[in-house]
Order: sequence, then structure tokens, then C-alpha cells
Amino acid sequence: MILWYGLTNGGIPVNILVLGVGNLLLSDEGVGIRALEVIEKRYDIPAGVEILDGGTSGMELLGYIQGRDALIIIDAVSCEEPPGTIVRMEGDQVPALFRKKISPHQLGLSDLLAAARLTDSLPKTVVLFGIEPMELGTGLDLSPKVAGVLEDLAALVAFELESLGVREVRKARCRKLPARAGSTTLRSTLAC
Amino acid sequence: MTRITIDPVTRIEGHLRIDCEISGGAVTKAWSSGQMWRGIETIVQGKDPREVWLYTQRICGVCTTVHAIASVRSVENALRTEIPLNAQYIRNILMCAHAIQDHLVHFYHLSALDWVDVVSALKADPKKTSVIAQNVSSWPMSSPQVFSDAQERLKSFAGGGQLGIFTNGYWGHPAMRLSPEMNLLATTHYLQALEVQRKANMIVSILGGKTPHIQNLAVGGVANPINTDSPSTLTMERLYYVKTLIDELGKFINEVYFKDVCAIGAAYPEWTAIGAGVKNYLSVPEFPIDSKGIACQHPGGYIPDGDISKFQPIRTLQDEYFQKGVAESVKHAWYEGEQTKHPWEGETKPNYTEFQDNGKYSWVKAPTFYGKPAQVGPLANVLCMYAAGHAPTKKYTDLALSTVSSLAGQKIGVGALHSTIGRHAARAVRAAVLYETLQSQWQLLMENIGSGDTKTFNRPEFPKGEVKGVGYHEAPRGVLSHWIVIKDEKVKNYQAVVPSTWNSGPRNAQDLPGPYEASLAGTPIANPEQPLEVLRTVHSFDPCLACAVHLADKDNKEIITVKAS
Repeated sequence: MILWYGLTNGGIPVNILVLGVGNLLLSDEGVGIRALEVIEKRYDIPAGVEILDGGTSGMELLGYIQGRDALIIIDAVSCEEPPGTIVRMEGDQVPALFRKKISPHQLGLSDLLAAARLTDSLPKTVVLFGIEPMELGTGLDLSPKVAGVLEDLAALVAFELESLGVREVRKARCRKLPARAGSTTLRSTLAC
Repeated sequence: MTRITIDPVTRIEGHLRIDCEISGGAVTKAWSSGQMWRGIETIVQGKDPREVWLYTQRICGVCTTVHAIASVRSVENALRTEIPLNAQYIRNILMCAHAIQDHLVHFYHLSALDWVDVVSALKADPKKTSVIAQNVSSWPMSSPQVFSDAQERLKSFAGGGQLGIFTNGYWGHPAMRLSPEMNLLATTHYLQALEVQRKANMIVSILGGKTPHIQNLAVGGVANPINTDSPSTLTMERLYYVKTLIDELGKFINEVYFKDVCAIGAAYPEWTAIGAGVKNYLSVPEFPIDSKGIACQHPGGYIPDGDISKFQPIRTLQDEYFQKGVAESVKHAWYEGEQTKHPWEGETKPNYTEFQDNGKYSWVKAPTFYGKPAQVGPLANVLCMYAAGHAPTKKYTDLALSTVSSLAGQKIGVGALHSTIGRHAARAVRAAVLYETLQSQWQLLMENIGSGDTKTFNRPEFPKGEVKGVGYHEAPRGVLSHWIVIKDEKVKNYQAVVPSTWNSGPRNAQDLPGPYEASLAGTPIANPEQPLEVLRTVHSFDPCLACAVHLADKDNKEIITVKAS
């Protein structure tokens, strides 16, 4: 099931960040990062688009967000929908989602987006793809329900990029994981 | 008697819950209940010890680098691997830069708003604010225009009903006491610190290959090839850029952060007598400058009962006094039994009960040092370095105390550091000391490369059979230790004893309260419905429990709840 919240407004950005966040050690909590692995495997990432594994970081990501025309966030989202549901949100819906501070300390996405706004560096277009998790216990594997939507999710992100004006987000011909700076033993172990 | 429960549940489940009994306008008894995630121990069992750091740095979003460092050190300690000097210096620069970034973010973005009223800043006169700023600091961004711009920005946020980051502050609370101008000054620095912290992060990113989650570590050294001629490696040009960033950080630390902390301390002098709690202080040595980790630039040690004259040094990264002293009790934690165990023998067998005031009530175990609870963090670190006679620490501690004394118009001595505000002061002192250490480590690295040494890695050799190691690191929140048992090149047991475990731990085997709990006793509470004072003390420790999970909640529920009954 795919739920759509809002529509894209079709600008022509040239500088887009696709940011996957979450904790790889807590099964479905890591879906945002696992999604990046599938996107990289299935698609040739065009110029002007950067893919970033943000882990569980908050404020450290501010520098990566600044100066972007558009930001696409992929994260686990609790919506009380069936596990594996993909939710798309856009614009003010996204910071509103993260607005409530969640602990006296945690510097999560809410603070990151608020800090970006405070420093006038929140990208004009912000889109969130949220995935309803099933399993949040300790473990490196996604639950089958969530793992099963990764391909759809990757296609949705590719479609999103095209509707944001990125030309030719092509399917990669071979399914080999592209080597890129920053890939690690952990990443490649997890991706295959 | 009133009982309050502050349960700042994360988006899905509770991590830190604080309960206080309040009587006669002050806290009489407190409980700290947390869910520190312990699953890492299970995940890394059976893995190659050389890869474990890649997993451990995913434990936490704020402290990625520190869990990576402690993990490689634990393996190196078990194998007695020596580390090339370049690798030590590069790691040291990473640790310093990370810690500075962490301290800046903690003060401005996580805790200053317990003392600074953003809404009051809207009423300030930017010209007067500029005069105050220029009287105390040579920081260039202190013109009336800068403060007026910042105020306009705040107004546009407040006007749109989107205080964003500033939601959930106790604005207008009777315990807020700064003038509108001081509030504007601090809030403006809050905005500037957002930019400055990026510079520290850039240093981590240049040397660590990537942030978040650095990529350059290896058991046996670092993976940064040094070649002074090749553009794809760590070049002189990049290292000089690092130096520029270091200098920019130093200016902000000395002219802004340090002075803001002194000013806030002077405005709230009564908080130097609140929030001391556990006065056993534990800190580990840091910034090794030899290959064996014997000589360290920052001394560590243990101070019992707040008595600096009883200081016991911890000198090296292989210190037996430290290794033998650490244990964890599960008597009041949700694990089976009541035993106290050394981390190498540590077990993680959950046994959840309800919240039992006199029984089990937390997922955090209670660590002890030779049977006693101990406070860790910048205050412990600064007091231990002060006791060990570390010159930069003495210099900046004395400077902070004399600055606060003259601003407050009363004598503030070292004893004032045993307090809620003392923890902030110590963190600012530590940031200033770290800036000097950062300069020195950069210099050491340049000189070593200049001498022709480009080695960054020694291949680790694994013996057959079983070996044990501990890696510790004086992290931004205090003593972090990773304990590893390796059998036939695989992880047999792994335990992480993290700083917030030391500080947020529940009562121990002798039923003695942990540092958060002890520090809250006696805290005055103006309004139990708005327990700002409790948050001031808890925040002063820089708690980091909510690091494992962040999950969005579509319905935007009010998640922080305060219940008074």
C-alpha cells in the first residue's frame, strides 16, 4: 500500500540530497539506509544528486543540507498503518511531523530541520518517504514485510527525482553495487 | 508530598524517565530510569574484532566517533598492538574536534535554553546588547546590526507560531533571570554556534573520510595514507586547511562560549550550591603521544568524596587500577538476579518488572568503581586534571572562577564546581583546554610527517586461544569503556560501559543512588507542573540515552509528559 500526502511542485532543482536515516542495528529502524543501498544498486545516480547515509545523526548533517534545492528524507515512520506502508509527505508537513522534541537531549531530524530553517538553509523542497516498521528489536535484518517494499520505495524515489526535474534517472544495467567513496566493509556486507 | 514523573518518551518508547518526590518546595528523593540500548553486545558476538568498530559507531547518533575509538582500542589492548605516531595524532585530532563540536552543541543547543529565555530576547535593545557584548569580548560579530538581525529572525519564527527548536521551553518561568539583552546575546550566539559547530565537524570529516560515521579507523592505526605529494591522500594543503578551522574554533571558544558560560554562571550564583550529588569523580587519560599509549597529554584519575587531596592517578591506556575497579550491579535494573559483575564477565539477561520504587526500575545497570558510584564527564575530567596539576586546565579553571567572581561580585572558589552550574563551567574549561590540545596535536602531526615518517598502520596479529582487552576513551560525556573477549580471532564477549550509564544508573548493590538521582536531592522546585529546575540539573550532565532509535510519529503527538500527583 502506498499513501500519498501532497504533491510535488515540479521545480527544476540541480542540487538534491537523498538522505537516508535510521539505526542499522535495530532491524526496521534502519530501513532509510537500506533503501539507499537498493537505490544505488538499481539506478545510475545522475549528476546533481547526492546520496547520504545519515545514520542516527542530527546536527552533524546541517552542512550537508545547506545549499540544496531539494531534500528527500527516507526514514522509518510510525503511522499506525500496516507494516511496510510507504507514506509520502512534503513541505510543511515534514517539519511539522518532526516538530515535537522527543527527549530532553535528542538531536534528531526535528532539530536539524529547525536549525536549517533558523539559518535560512532549509531547502525549498523537502520530501519525506516514511516506511511503517514492523520489527524494531536488535538485529541487522529488515523484517520481510519491510524488506519487500524496498524496490517500490526505490522506484518512488527515482520518480520523485524525475518530477523534481532530474533528467533520466535510469535503471542501472548491471546489479553490481557501485563502488563509491565511503563505502565500507559494513555497508557492502549489509547490502548483499 | 508531591510525586512528579517526567517521561520524555522518544517517538516510540521511553528512554529516560525521572521521578521525584517533592516536599517543602524541594526534591527529597529521585529515581532515574533509562533504557540504554544493550543489544550491541549480542550483535557483535562471533564477529571479526577488526570490524566491530563499524557496528559500535552505529550505537549512537551523537557519539559515533567515540564508540569507534573505544572499540579499536579494546582490540589493540587485547592484542598489545602498537599504534604508529601519525595514527595516534590523527585520532587525537579527531577526538578533540569531535569533543569541541559536542560541547558547543550541548551548551547552546541542548541546555542553554534552560537558563536563557528566548521570548524575552524579543524585547531586548540590540544596541545595548552590542555594548554588553563588546565590553567583554573581542568577538567580531557583535555589532548592533548582528543582534538586530538575530532578533528579526526570532520574531519571524515566533510570529509564525513556529518556534521550532524552541518549542517546549519554559518561557517566562520564575526561575529565568537574565535581562532581555543577555537573553538576546545568548540566543544570537545560539544561532552563530550552529555555523561554528560545522567547522569542528569539517575537521572530523576531512580526517575521518566522512561524517557521520567516520571511515578511517583500523585496528592497528588509521587508514589515511599520508603522501605529501599525492593529491588523493592527506596532503599539506588539507592539513593547513584543518589548521585554519582549528583557529576559527579557538576564537569562538575563548571569546564567546567561555565568556557566555561565565556570565550565565554569575547570573545564577545559587546554582553553584545545587546539584552536586555523587562526588566520587572518575576520568581516564587521553591523547596518547607514544605508540604504546603510556604517555598521554591529558591525565586521568579518581577523586573520592570530592577531596582533591585523595586523587589517585590513572596514567596509561593499560592501567590496571582502572581495569580492576569497574563493575556493574543489576540489583535495581531489569536483568536477572542481583549480582555485581566485572564487564568481561558481564551478562545481558533481561528481566522486566514494573517500575518498583524499591526494586528494579531501569534498563541501565549501575556501574561502580571499587564498589562506589562515580560521576563522569567534563567536571570529573577537569577536577582530575586540576588535581594532577595539568597546566592548561589550571589556567582556564582559575580564569573561569575569577571571571565569575568579578561578574557576580562575590568570591567563587573551586568548591563551587561541585554543582549543576559547575558542570557547565567545567565543560567550557575543557573546551578551552581541548583547543590547546588540538593545536598541539596538529603541530605534532606536522612535525612527525616533516621528519619523514608516513606510517599510519601496524597489522594486528591474533594469537590462538582467548585474549581480553579494554579500550577506554575520555569522551565528551565522560569515561567510555569497551570490554572485549576474543577467542580464535572472533568476538566471544563484548560489553560497553558508556558515560550516561555511569551518570544515569539506578541505585547500586548497596542501594546508593546514582549521580542523576543524588544530584536532584535538595533541588528547589518553584512549580511542580513545570519542573525546569529538575531539567537544569539533568541537562547539566549532557545525558545521551535517546540515541538508539529515532522514529517519526505522523500524528505529531505531544510526547513529553510531566505528571504531578
